[in-house]
Amino acid sequence: MAPKKLGLKQRYAHMTRGLDWETSYQPMDAVYPFDSFEGIKIKDWSAWEDPFRLTMDAYWKFQGEKERKLYAVLDAFAQNNGQTGISDARYANVLKLFLTGVSPLEYQAHRGFAFAGRHLRGVGPRVACQMQSLDELRHVQTQIHTISHYNKYFDGISEFRHMHDRVWYLSVPKSFFDDARSAGPFEYMIAIGFAFEYVLTNLLFVPFMSGAAYNGDMSTVTFGFSAQSDESRHMTLGIEVIKFLLEQHPDNLPIVQKWVDKWFWRGHRVLGLVAMMMDYMLPKPVMSWKEAWEIYFTEAGGSLFTDLARYGLKVPKYADVATAEAEHISHQNWAIFYQYTHAAGFHTWMPDKAHLDWLSEKYPNTFDKYYRPRWEMWAEMEKQGKRFYNNALPQLCQTCQIPMGYTEPGDPTTIAFRCSEVDGETYHFCSDGCKDIFDGEPEKYAQSWLPVHQIFQGNCGGATVPDVLNWYRMNVGADNMDYVGSPDEKLWNEWHAGKVRDAV
Amino acid sequence: MTVQIKTIDLEPKRHTFGHIARRLGGDKPATRYQEATLDLQATDNFHYKPLWEPEYWHYDTRKTAVVMEDWYKPLDPRQFYYATYNISRANANQAVERNFTFVEERDLLGKLDAALKAKLISGLLPIRHLHWGSNMNMAEACQRGYGTAVTAPCIFSAGDHLGMAQIVSRIGLLLDEQTGAALDTAKDAWMNDPAWQGVRRLIEDTFVERDWFHLYVAQTLGVNAVLLDLVYKHADAAWGPAAVPVAMLTEFMADWRAEEGKWSDAVVKTVAAESEANKALISGWAKTWIDRAEAAARPLATALLGDAAAATAAADAARTRARSLGLSL
Amino acid sequence: MAQIASITLLHNDDARPIIEAILADNPGVRVLNMPGAVKLDRDDELVINRASVEERLGRSWEPQEIQLVLISMAGNLDEDDDHFTLSWKH
Repeated sequence: MAPKKLGLKQRYAHMTRGLDWETSYQPMDAVYPFDSFEGIKIKDWSAWEDPFRLTMDAYWKFQGEKERKLYAVLDAFAQNNGQTGISDARYANVLKLFLTGVSPLEYQAHRGFAFAGRHLRGVGPRVACQMQSLDELRHVQTQIHTISHYNKYFDGISEFRHMHDRVWYLSVPKSFFDDARSAGPFEYMIAIGFAFEYVLTNLLFVPFMSGAAYNGDMSTVTFGFSAQSDESRHMTLGIEVIKFLLEQHPDNLPIVQKWVDKWFWRGHRVLGLVAMMMDYMLPKPVMSWKEAWEIYFTEAGGSLFTDLARYGLKVPKYADVATAEAEHISHQNWAIFYQYTHAAGFHTWMPDKAHLDWLSEKYPNTFDKYYRPRWEMWAEMEKQGKRFYNNALPQLCQTCQIPMGYTEPGDPTTIAFRCSEVDGETYHFCSDGCKDIFDGEPEKYAQSWLPVHQIFQGNCGGATVPDVLNWYRMNVGADNMDYVGSPDEKLWNEWHAGKVRDAV
Repeated sequence: MTVQIKTIDLEPKRHTFGHIARRLGGDKPATRYQEATLDLQATDNFHYKPLWEPEYWHYDTRKTAVVMEDWYKPLDPRQFYYATYNISRANANQAVERNFTFVEERDLLGKLDAALKAKLISGLLPIRHLHWGSNMNMAEACQRGYGTAVTAPCIFSAGDHLGMAQIVSRIGLLLDEQTGAALDTAKDAWMNDPAWQGVRRLIEDTFVERDWFHLYVAQTLGVNAVLLDLVYKHADAAWGPAAVPVAMLTEFMADWRAEEGKWSDAVVKTVAAESEANKALISGWAKTWIDRAEAAARPLATALLGDAAAATAAADAARTRARSLGLSL
Repeated sequence: MAQIASITLLHNDDARPIIEAILADNPGVRVLNMPGAVKLDRDDELVINRASVEERLGRSWEPQEIQLVLISMAGNLDEDDDHFTLSWKH
């Protein structure tokens, strides 16, 4: 009788799992020194399931093909001057925020997954993490290559690397990822693999990239959706990680629950920037933040947490607060950036009538009551030459590092303040979620490099706003301030006038 | 309606990013490699010390004893970024597929006699574990290293080693009619056969090296230049009538060594040239690991070829190579 | 509330046979069209059958090839030679 051939699953097991061995010349704990201090108990690494059984040859083949397609689009976009065909030059501001705020996180993810891909003791997750490390490098590099073309024409993009390490609002995404990178490998996997990739990134990539398509940016939608096809692999890794940890030992549940709570809230705060991009910065909006939240958190997250309930895992703490905030967060963030437009590396504007009407329709419970009147007042002040700027430096939340502009749950006219005292110092927070995170690890969050504190301590180029902006390498009058009157606007109008003239 | 845009209107305001222009000494068009690589890693104003290693920041130049004024000096001569890396490997892999099909259709391995099959199983297949260990080391160099110029090619190299481990695994599946039995036997040889124990001990010792550039030198000049070259370059005679199919099925490895060697040589050479102190450290590391690799290679060479001459030849070639990079051994 | 198994695909020529196969093989599937993408939702389980895709594509097709057009998904994945299934069933 002929010996039995291997099936696909066993074959993959041989191609990956079989490669690893228990070391004997060096103790395993010396080879893997970082995977035990978090208190996670793993009885049997071999119980890990590989959902996508991708060998390197298949990886190269698929990824090489995706890259050929993507770069063909990028080349065509540049050759055809696709930047002139976007819906409006205001659109370019989402790319500024994306490249300065999001792309550097992809790089961090690349290095973080290399860490997990070396230091988790199980071979299955290690291989998956290494592929994700490669993918994340892909994402940052394709984003740079896509937006590179816009950088040739639009301001606010050129110093993205320098700004990410310094500018006040960019410390929000930066500290988010520094937090994950400085955590142990299991927390990193729950933070990025599960909470961010599985629960939250759809909110960033699916409706937002669809918005890019709708606004005529074929290059961004191509990298966005192409990146998201890797993301599906990452999501399966994220869900496998959480199931694996919960199945391995009941003692893991409280640790994992704490991480899920923490990283859900951290992610929710960072994604507030995306909420603003979707509701305010896409000249032709496709879906409101609230709608996206309903589809991708309430509905998709609901299915997920129903599934995970069998392990005793609960819906993240404050998920209800986050859902209630979906009615407010984009508006409150846009208000912050509008007030501080002189210190921001992208342009702001007050929405026009049609856009206001769209917001009224999408946010029937809150927009007309709390936000529309403010926008109309600010627009009126602009007309009178009294455009409103906030010249005081804001107090920042010690955890999420966003200016303390959010309101109390259930009371949208009162700013929320929370504080904790540690070793005689008082720390301030925007919400119960951020306070809880601090209280869980005060020694960690007391270290935060808070941009406003740093300015006051003299570590950011000087004592005046121009000194600080200079230290940011912000090209004052081009990178910052309102869209109206900006060089971006002037250039756009020239292109557009040319088009109209030639069409006549 | 026709839409025409005058060329003059579309003159770019700038040609590249600010940090790239400062590197190039002015605003000029940059390559995709440059834009995807230079100064990409964050350098300043980190928020929290890692819980797992609070003595360092997660990006920290002090994680190796060598000192560079600028970690963007050791560039990749291949100018790989993700797309060019993957497309290059996808192309190379088409040749792998053709070679496997050729060998499989003619059953060139299946019809070998049992003794030669056994020799391939115990003498060639265990190298997949050495690739896997090498994969771990390059992932470590990527996560622990400093500056995208070096760390990005390290994760590419990690991917390459996994790919090569899987190519060797496929050779195993050709030898045992796709049952996996040969791979189990080969793993047993890796764990227990005296011919492989020096090699296994060496790679396990590299796993605990926490100085990432030391590890990089151990991997590229010790493991790659001595051990992999012994098996892929100096051991043809061991395979007798299987030498040609083995050469076909491991063609990827031969091409990869030639190509990756250009990169790793350039990195070692550049970092050693930075200072006398770097040169002394790297020379010491290179000597240690080439010597150790030679000692580990001797029993393996003897098992494969009858004597240790090939181990000496591989080690001597590695020494010559190291000297050509400016090291004193 | 039902748990929703979901897949989001590029809305292009390469994905069309897969979308059609899903529509044919999954009664009650709901479709959300977005610029550039299409989201397909179904209660509890959503299946892509290799045979159905091949029938529409006119060539052999590996479920792994879905990676080239995949944008997102929800549900536990089970993939083998003949199908790609997203499910909340246990």
